[in-house]
Amino acid sequence: MSNSIEIKELSLEIEGRPILDNISFGLGEIEIACLLGPSGSGKTSLLRCIAGFEKINHGEVFIKGVIASKLDHHIPVEQRNIGMVFQDYVLFPHMDVSKNITFGLKDISSLRTKERLDELIELFGLNEHTNKYPHQLSGGQQQRVALARAMAPRPSVLLLDEPFASLDIELRESLACELRSILKQDSVATIMVTHNQLEAFAMGDIIGVIDNGKLKQWDTAFNLYHQPKTLNVANFIGEGTFIQGEIINSTDVKTDIGRIKGQVPHNIDVGKKVRVLIRPDDILHDDESKLTALVRNKAFRGAQFLYTLETKNGFIIQSLVPSHHDHAINEPIGIKMEIDHLVVFADEID
Amino acid sequence: MKKILISLILLICGQFVCAAEVNIYSARKEALIKPILDRFTTETGIKVNLITGKADTFIKRIEVEGKNTPADILLTVDAARLVRAKDKELFQSIDSKILSSVIPAHLRDIDNHWFGLSLRSRVIVYNPDKVSSNDIIGYIDLANDKWKGRICVRSSSNIYNQSLVASLIAHHGIMETERWASKLVTNFARTPKGGDRDQIKAVVAGVCDLAIVNNYYLAGMLDSNKDEEVAAAEKVKLFWPDQDTYGAHFNVSGAGILKYAKNKDEAIKLLEYLVTIEAQQWYSDVNYEYPVILDVKISSILKKWGAFSMDTLALNLLGRYNSDAVKLMDRVGWK
Amino acid sequence: MIVSNSVQYLQRKSSLICDILKRSSPSLALILFSSFFCIPVLIVCGSLFLPFDETWTHLVDTVLSDYVLNSFYLLIGVGFFSLLLSVVPAWLVTMYKFPGSRYLQWAILLPMSMPAYIIAYSYTGAFDAAGPVQTTIRDMTNLQYNEYWFPEIRSLGGAIAMLSFVLYPYIYLLARASFIEQSVCVLEVSRTLGCNALGAFKRVALPLARPAIIVGLSLVLMETLADYGTVQYFGISAFTTGIFKTWFGMDNSLVASQLSAILLLFVFVFLFLERRSRKLLTLHHTSNRYSPLTKEKLTGIRGFLSFIFCFTPLLFGFIIPVSFLVDWAINAYSQVFDIDFYRLFMNSIFLAFITSLLALFIALLLGYINRNNFSLVNRFLVRFISLGYAVPGTVIAIGVLIPFAWFDNKLDNFLITNFNTSSGLLISGTLFILIFAYLVRFLTIPINTVEASLEKIKPGVDEVAKTTGMSHFNLMKKIHIPIMRGSLLTCLLLVFVDVLKELPATLILRPFNFNTLAVRTFELANEERLAEAAVPALAIVIAGIIPVIIISNSISRSRPGYE
Repeated sequence: MSNSIEIKELSLEIEGRPILDNISFGLGEIEIACLLGPSGSGKTSLLRCIAGFEKINHGEVFIKGVIASKLDHHIPVEQRNIGMVFQDYVLFPHMDVSKNITFGLKDISSLRTKERLDELIELFGLNEHTNKYPHQLSGGQQQRVALARAMAPRPSVLLLDEPFASLDIELRESLACELRSILKQDSVATIMVTHNQLEAFAMGDIIGVIDNGKLKQWDTAFNLYHQPKTLNVANFIGEGTFIQGEIINSTDVKTDIGRIKGQVPHNIDVGKKVRVLIRPDDILHDDESKLTALVRNKAFRGAQFLYTLETKNGFIIQSLVPSHHDHAINEPIGIKMEIDHLVVFADEID
Repeated sequence: MKKILISLILLICGQFVCAAEVNIYSARKEALIKPILDRFTTETGIKVNLITGKADTFIKRIEVEGKNTPADILLTVDAARLVRAKDKELFQSIDSKILSSVIPAHLRDIDNHWFGLSLRSRVIVYNPDKVSSNDIIGYIDLANDKWKGRICVRSSSNIYNQSLVASLIAHHGIMETERWASKLVTNFARTPKGGDRDQIKAVVAGVCDLAIVNNYYLAGMLDSNKDEEVAAAEKVKLFWPDQDTYGAHFNVSGAGILKYAKNKDEAIKLLEYLVTIEAQQWYSDVNYEYPVILDVKISSILKKWGAFSMDTLALNLLGRYNSDAVKLMDRVGWK
Repeated sequence: MIVSNSVQYLQRKSSLICDILKRSSPSLALILFSSFFCIPVLIVCGSLFLPFDETWTHLVDTVLSDYVLNSFYLLIGVGFFSLLLSVVPAWLVTMYKFPGSRYLQWAILLPMSMPAYIIAYSYTGAFDAAGPVQTTIRDMTNLQYNEYWFPEIRSLGGAIAMLSFVLYPYIYLLARASFIEQSVCVLEVSRTLGCNALGAFKRVALPLARPAIIVGLSLVLMETLADYGTVQYFGISAFTTGIFKTWFGMDNSLVASQLSAILLLFVFVFLFLERRSRKLLTLHHTSNRYSPLTKEKLTGIRGFLSFIFCFTPLLFGFIIPVSFLVDWAINAYSQVFDIDFYRLFMNSIFLAFITSLLALFIALLLGYINRNNFSLVNRFLVRFISLGYAVPGTVIAIGVLIPFAWFDNKLDNFLITNFNTSSGLLISGTLFILIFAYLVRFLTIPINTVEASLEKIKPGVDEVAKTTGMSHFNLMKKIHIPIMRGSLLTCLLLVFVDVLKELPATLILRPFNFNTLAVRTFELANEERLAEAAVPALAIVIAGIIPVIIISNSISRSRPGYE
């Protein structure tokens, strides 16, 4: 079984400006991958390289084991058998829903086309809208049509460019879960671009973090959160702050808020100053604890407060606290650490 | 803002009153009339204001403008339109000793509503390599089978053809003219197209052997500053039709003074000027037309074609039968 | 008789309209204003309510079917060829880079400034049996006329070619603007769905540009119907030939205007059906994102073929005829070029400039009435104004002449009886009436363009602007006009060039001693003095080229994301 997508050492320059640098990853048969990164990081460009809109300067792109792009070889977009959903769906305004969906199917009159259409209409719950035109649909409906249209020809890989960007926030999360199950049901390999971690976490089997044209980490959501490979990734994924620490031995780091246990990476020597990633869920509130910090800020989050605390040496950490613990600003509160995953980085610019 | 607007409108609409002027609606093209009008202005100090266009649209315009029409004179290039304007009571009778004495009676209106100012003839032009002048007789003879596929003539939309057919109706009656026309059409070398010069050029090119055209077009080509036009014109010859019977068909360019003319005196002066020897000479030299008065030295090209007899049919008949002529040509399929 | 009947009819009609208006709309004055421009067309149509006389029997028995058929063939032929010459080049220059494409994208527009009858004269002059080309053939081969095959220029096919060569730019201009406006994303989507470039063009770009192409096509077809110069010179019995033969030849202006009215009814029905079919598809752009258009480079045979495809219309519509004109003009220009000629040039530019600005202004005004208070009456009036484009200029001119002369004479009578002063003809015979006639004839261009562009601006934009306390005027000035800039410039150009070329209405309505380049060209060409006629004809072309280039550039810049 070959991967649906295999990228090897891909680099892209546009007008002499490096956009993507040495990117490699592979995506399994029916996996869903999310490319996560801040705006301008190059994630959409990567999608366009895979789709074939950009000619790459270095490396290779394989789709279903077939080479699609390398320096002197470029299969045109229309021959790659990919499906793509653009940020604002770009439905064809002159076609109704069923025509939009069947656009990519070769023989529109055949029975198989009809079956595929019915299947997708059913899958996306578009039954009442088949004869409507795009301007008669809501944003969510347009998105479904765009997805159905991209999936109709059973593409080797489905590329989604921020598919939730123009939807309401409430709609996004429910749609993300729904979409995941639809994609799995239709067993299509998918790469989705987003800058929203929650979407990425909800959708992706695997997540690639892209920053400044480089693929920083290609990993599961769990690993990204708990074992970020770079300071940048750690910073970007989830909430958290860094405090200064010092390596005591291969399993201990001394910090302001006490000793933290965990596996210290081999490449960091004992005695080195490091930064330790502290997630809000690593810090528990405990009135009994002797270790205290000052409340500098607090944000109500329904079941919890997110407290921003200042340690005695002036480091900022965060803590998620059940919301019945309502403390005033500048009040010292007791805290304790429960760090399962030690994340440290040598104290130098990443 | 409003003030600016009003003054702008006044500026655009402003009608400036001049001491002595005369206003002409002319169906004759500017280049073919303006020089002589300018001479008139220099000689008399009367300013001439001119609009050129199509006779029928001017007739309509004069009708619509009614008693306030700014025009004093309507100038046309055929008699039928003059008759038409008279029928619509647009002209007034002019009592001018000069006009009625120098212009022969058959070249002006019986009530002196309009006056012919120059003469042009519709003649036959032929290729001497293919046709002997002995074989040509006149208009009626062109329906003869021997001319099958050999004749060029422009379309029936053209007033000169309409006038020619109208004159034949006057001579022969509608029935006979229609029989003639229906046979003539089968003798055409091609569907009618283009102007009179085109017909002459078609004869030169061998598309047809003879053509019916107004004679000044041939003269214009002979006098052209383009060598190939002269060369083409020299390859054909002119034939005066029907010299043994009623003579070659003639038409006039002419003018009348409008009923509501504001500058009647100046208008009369202008018409009188246009029949002076000087003006008539100019018509002949520049436009290759024949003068309506005697004692004018005609241009050398016209002189070369020699003397001829012309159809003296009353010109108002051309107007009377114009509509019949058009319908007749429609019926026989003269495009 | 006809005059008074038409006027009475008009009075009845307008009082009826007034009644409806009083009940429906607040901007009565503005609607009256728009109905003002309908008067000439109404006068023409009013003739249908007068009795049909026996001339009709004659026409039906003899030539009417000929007129109808020939006009029909002309419409089909010109429609087909002008689409062929315009749509594909518009697509190629929008999407691709190929040798010469930078220049071709505006050069393709050049034939637009060429009056149809001029191109007809120049092609005839060169390729007719008596012209230099065929003469050379005969001299070299010793063949006689008829012994070799050569296409007959002055034929129905020739007329179709001539009209297509000068009219296709109308479609090109609108199609290109529409292609440029399309979101590139739409095309990219279609490619991800397996469409190659041709498929994307056929299935997506072309259907999306359809409304624009049809607007262009209907302008072309209306111009074709209104053409008299070319068909007359080529000896083709088209509908306009019939109108003028009936009027000038049979002295029957009533039947002539009835014929025109029937022509108008036909156009009206056509436009109505076209709009109906378009209403079903309101094409809002589904994407507001415009990624920059990166033009693909075409090289080798594909680049060459693209070049040929775009160069052909330019070659036949401009380069060939203009080179003949230049050849003739070189010999003749000293005779025509004088101080008077400079005045002609300025007159033409002045009229074209004033009229195109006014037309745009009026169209914006009408567009806004429609946008802000929807009224069926006004919609209808606007449709009616559009008809002016299909009427031969001469007929429109008479329709303009009648009401103004009527008003002038009434005013004069009134002043004489009450104040003992005479105003004469106040408006008739001034430039005002001429510009008015131009507006009646050409308003359809800016009206349709403004309407189409305003439709594309979502009402939300207005609402947002109003929440910031923006006045209507500022909304238009600061938001709408910048958004619509490309389209507005396009219609300015179209009107400008159309006025430069306009002949029949100018001929009838111009004031004393006032001439334009078109009038001068016509008079010389009509006298078959082609060499001299070439000089003012070239001047028209030159006067038209400058705005063509300026505006074409700013249209390409108007594309969102243009680089």
